[in-house]
Amino acid sequence: MTTLQPSAQSRSARLAAVAGSGQFLRLLARIREAGLLIALAAIVVIVTVQAPRFLQISNLRQILLSVSILAIVAVGQTLVVFTRNVDLSVASSVGLVAYVVRDLLRDHPDIGIPAAIAAGLLIGALLGAINGALVTIGGVPAIVATLGTLYVYRGVVFAIGGGELITASEVPQGFRDIALSRPWGIPTPIIVAAAVALVFAYLLRSTRFGRELYAVGSSPEAARLVGLSVGRRVFTAFVLCGLLCGLAGVLWGARFGSIDARAATGIELQVIAAVVLGGVNIFGGSGTVLGAVLGAILLGTIQNALIILRLNQFWLQAISGAAILLAVTADALITRRVRRSLVVRLRR
Amino acid sequence: MTRLARWETLLAALLVALFAIGIATSDVFLRGSNFSLIASSTMEKAVMALPMTLIIIGGEIDLSVASTAGLASAVVGKSWEAGWPLWLCLVTALVVGAACGLLNGLLVTRLGLPSLVVTLGTLALYRGLASVLLADSAISNFPAGFTRFGFGKIGGTGIPWTLLVFLPLFVIFDVLLHATWIGRQLYATGTNPEAARFSAVRVANLKLGLFVISGVLAALAGIMYTARVSSSRADNAIGFELDVIAAVLLGGVSIFGGRGTLFGVLLSLAAIATLRNILALNSSNAELQSIAVGSLLILSVLGPNLVRRLRGAQPGRLAGSRSARMAEAGD
Repeated sequence: MTTLQPSAQSRSARLAAVAGSGQFLRLLARIREAGLLIALAAIVVIVTVQAPRFLQISNLRQILLSVSILAIVAVGQTLVVFTRNVDLSVASSVGLVAYVVRDLLRDHPDIGIPAAIAAGLLIGALLGAINGALVTIGGVPAIVATLGTLYVYRGVVFAIGGGELITASEVPQGFRDIALSRPWGIPTPIIVAAAVALVFAYLLRSTRFGRELYAVGSSPEAARLVGLSVGRRVFTAFVLCGLLCGLAGVLWGARFGSIDARAATGIELQVIAAVVLGGVNIFGGSGTVLGAVLGAILLGTIQNALIILRLNQFWLQAISGAAILLAVTADALITRRVRRSLVVRLRR
Repeated sequence: MTRLARWETLLAALLVALFAIGIATSDVFLRGSNFSLIASSTMEKAVMALPMTLIIIGGEIDLSVASTAGLASAVVGKSWEAGWPLWLCLVTALVVGAACGLLNGLLVTRLGLPSLVVTLGTLALYRGLASVLLADSAISNFPAGFTRFGFGKIGGTGIPWTLLVFLPLFVIFDVLLHATWIGRQLYATGTNPEAARFSAVRVANLKLGLFVISGVLAALAGIMYTARVSSSRADNAIGFELDVIAAVLLGGVSIFGGRGTLFGVLLSLAAIATLRNILALNSSNAELQSIAVGSLLILSVLGPNLVRRLRGAQPGRLAGSRSARMAEAGD
């Protein structure tokens, strides 16, 4: 706005570049999603040929169920990564909420299940708000702040629970049913995860809030110049990520038999793996919720395929690591190729 | 530079305060055996922290160090089980570590991928390979001489052998970083890679070398860990990367590169180890340790930021307040 008046020629060049980069990013997202679907289809075909029961409804349901909690957290992580930040504390947040909600229902079963769920969501949002405040108000880089809260939140769970195990029989069956019930034959966590994915895909794609998040991630300076409060958007992203961790924590608490203070330890890496595999740019500003969810599903499918094919389970981690490396390498090569061809097209 | 010096003074003061608290609250704190316990349990992380400091100063990060250590540990165990002589097992582990670092470095420097993502991938990959090698078995029939290296002391003193591995390494890295052209190029690269490249710094080769060294030293740490717990398991040293990075950042190294000293990292390693030790001596609940370490890490960045902002709020310090406002907007 207050910059120098650009010459007509350079302005048109800049417009072309902007149009090119928008087209370019959309193209990249589409290539990534198509790539993930192709990889998924390839795995399905190969595994089904070897073991037809892979395609049975019960097995597909099992895959999606095992992925659902991870996918919810991955959606939250996607929001944060969009804004050029990262939340390493997600696993600790999920574990904290899972344990606290169970603890609450065991010691005060009379507060009722809806209140316990609300408490879980609220705690999640609060944990996210602490992260967001440290980053935006405190000026602490996200990777440092959330590495710190990874330790602190996990320490808090241990402080609350000690080494104590809360078994399934100690909480009301109604709470367990949140994860174990199957309306229309579909396990509830899958429905919840699908709803979360759809809502946030819509939010990011078609609402002002979503477009602003993209803007903040692509160029914080430019976003600031057009009058966006970058800090507020980043804060909101962290709070929403915390809220989704709270939701995932409630489901975690409902789904698993016995829970101790170590619940969900280490899933931050799986979550970030799903997000990266899904094509969300770790430097912000590009990617889709759909991609992140597909990334989570791909990881879950690989895991399931190893079980079905009775392959060594110990390969799983190595394969997910290799998948991340392959995905980013392919990204880099495709980006280079596409950018080159775009430059050629713009010159004509 | 003065600001950094002040940060190290703060850390030294923190260390002194921790010692005072330790002496006041526990009878065993000052015993030689307690010090050797603190030292020997920190040495693996300390060895990994040396190259990590250099890598972060150079503007990159290596999340795969603990997995590399785990893989090296698995290699030592597996090859020892296969009847190889011990020296060959150790050399093989170090070579595997170098290969791990080389892969990281090649992906980062040749393909231009972000090190955060690359080493996150290899974190899973290397740990996965370790568990493919060992499954959930443990190999623990190592010769006594090897395990004595892990938890034994030198003669009658309380000094653990592993400290004797770390100290020369520290001196070498300190000289390398603070007294040679390599260190100066590293700071230049971390501050502004473009400018460094235009000043004839071979940024890619520098970083590639660092990643290889990081792999080798992570493997060395894996060997030390294997000797200390006298067992080779796939989950050895798991999660150490977070402790190592926390120590480096608390030591005053900027996550954005270009700033920090090895002396600060040494102080922060000592402070974290002492803090953990005091908490372990005084209370049964070890969970306080992680709360304390996490808070310390956050405060180490938050504290100076808040101080800067308070100063910036004073009248007549316009430049300061503007930079504070930009920090507030959050990047």
